[in-house]
Amino acid sequence: MEIKKLKNYVYELDKTGLMNIAPRIYANDEIISTLREEEKNKNSSLKQLENVSTLPGLVGAVCLADVHPGYGAPIGTTTASDLNEGVITFAATGFDINCGIHSLIVPLTSKEIQSKKKELAEQLFKDVPAGVGIGGKLELNKSEMDNVLEKGAAYAVTKGFGKKKDLEFMEENGCIKGADPKSVSDKAKERAVDQIGTLGSGNHYCEVQEIEKIFDCAAAKAFGLDAGETFVSIHCGSRALGHQIGNDYLPILDSAVKKYKINIPERALVCAPIESEEGQKYFSAIKAGTNAAFANRFVIGTLVKRTFAKIFGINENSIKTFYDIGHNTAKIEKHFCAGEKQDLLIQRKGSTRGFGPNNLDVPLLYRKLGQPVIVGGSMGTNSFILKGTDKAMKETFGSTIHGAGRSMSRTQALTGQSGEDLLKDLAAKGILVKARSVKGLSEEAPSAYKDILGVVEVMHKAGISTKVAKLKPIICIKG
Amino acid sequence: MFEHFEHKADIGIRGKGSTIEHAFEEAAKALTQIMASVECVEPKKAHTFEVKATDRGALLVSFLNELLFLKDTKKMLYSKFRTKITSHKNSSGEETFVLKATVFGEKIDSKKHSLKVDPKAATYSELLVEKKGNEWIAQCIIDV
Repeated sequence: MEIKKLKNYVYELDKTGLMNIAPRIYANDEIISTLREEEKNKNSSLKQLENVSTLPGLVGAVCLADVHPGYGAPIGTTTASDLNEGVITFAATGFDINCGIHSLIVPLTSKEIQSKKKELAEQLFKDVPAGVGIGGKLELNKSEMDNVLEKGAAYAVTKGFGKKKDLEFMEENGCIKGADPKSVSDKAKERAVDQIGTLGSGNHYCEVQEIEKIFDCAAAKAFGLDAGETFVSIHCGSRALGHQIGNDYLPILDSAVKKYKINIPERALVCAPIESEEGQKYFSAIKAGTNAAFANRFVIGTLVKRTFAKIFGINENSIKTFYDIGHNTAKIEKHFCAGEKQDLLIQRKGSTRGFGPNNLDVPLLYRKLGQPVIVGGSMGTNSFILKGTDKAMKETFGSTIHGAGRSMSRTQALTGQSGEDLLKDLAAKGILVKARSVKGLSEEAPSAYKDILGVVEVMHKAGISTKVAKLKPIICIKG
Repeated sequence: MFEHFEHKADIGIRGKGSTIEHAFEEAAKALTQIMASVECVEPKKAHTFEVKATDRGALLVSFLNELLFLKDTKKMLYSKFRTKITSHKNSSGEETFVLKATVFGEKIDSKKHSLKVDPKAATYSELLVEKKGNEWIAQCIIDV
């Protein structure tokens, strides 16, 4: 596969064979070398990107600097498809629909957090349901579940979680319109009945962080970020609802590929024409899953606010909802294509929306600066707050990275440090981890992930999403 | 026998056996092993179900995803599996594969099971169900 370097940090895969477009990769020479190394394996990021590029009606695809192999499509990919000619592809959004990060600004200094760190960690561990088979505090009947699927985080407000004013600080204001609960099976609803307000496990977490450094003073001021203050990141998605939507629609899309005679290079890229009945139903189900994830994170956010209020005696309303972003999504957005702005289906898998300044989808308070992007590091490393740019709107369909990206497989990571040793190491660095599964921790070791700073720098220097603040982990709650 | 295989972000599972059913049952053990040690899950309680698909690969994915459905709805982990796979063709010649399963396990117990990670779903990635020599192989990538 020929890769052309177009300019610093921007590479392009040559359009060959059955590819409909020449996809781009935001990277540096080191990342490209890693991608080249991967080519020895059957399912390399480059091979998956090449495959994605053959999808009908695709007008663009871009991989961001945290790219690594997924199933069908690389993780760290944004695709843009023509609404009339294009397809909606399962692998381009994935099972964990609207996995993302919900974040809070807590009016406490890191010194104040340190004074009650152990207490706070233990209370968060009690109050935030996480782990295999662990249900949440809400058990919803069918009609309540339908409300969640249609109204997203707004429904959580009606049940006494959070405030209506917080919804503005969420992508899509916490609810994507057009979700039909009938597009989601009763099985999916049954599976998720006690999962709204639960963290899950694996790479999901609730992390208390210190705002360690400010890079962009003007943006930090508009965003309300002060160095030394406390930030919380909650990383999770639509839980079993999203997974079951995937299970239900995989065979439907598999049949659609045959019905509509779509030529796909591998089965993991099952899809349906966007305008087909199957495509529209699947899109509606994704919207429903998206709303469930918004509600999920919003409820956990409220539980976390209440925990801080309990431990520190502060008013839970003094804790601000900073922003909520998704990184496995499917939406209709207006972007430039062949010189004119048009509605496109944008699918993001392990990539985050990062809209530039003056975009009406960005909260008024932040609008002049650009949309905040929260990029999660691993347990032992920094996370970052970035902001979207005009350049992103022109070059990457308003998209950027979501995290560091894995550098090591889970089976490889298991041969490294044990979970117990990892806990001790992180404690020595001042990071208190409370995990339901100590065994599962080694798969999430910092060494299993790429260097987040390197990945953030690529996107910053490429002008796609620029650095606003750096966050340091203090407490990490995991399933 | 069952095993896990390499994938950057997720985990590959593979079951091998002298029959297709045995290969599926071993793949199911490999799925449980992602969550907890199979040996620690006692086969105390049984659930039965049936899944259908248009081919053996999709049948494997449906079978494994049904186990994950039961994990969330019944709060159960499973360690012993009995399956029967049949197929029939309709008048148009389209084949349907049917898997009937009885699966044995117990309620999830965080103290007993040393829980690891909660898988999301079986995927169509690296999906393979085939007979090689005298051995059936059933594998796919599990999204964790």
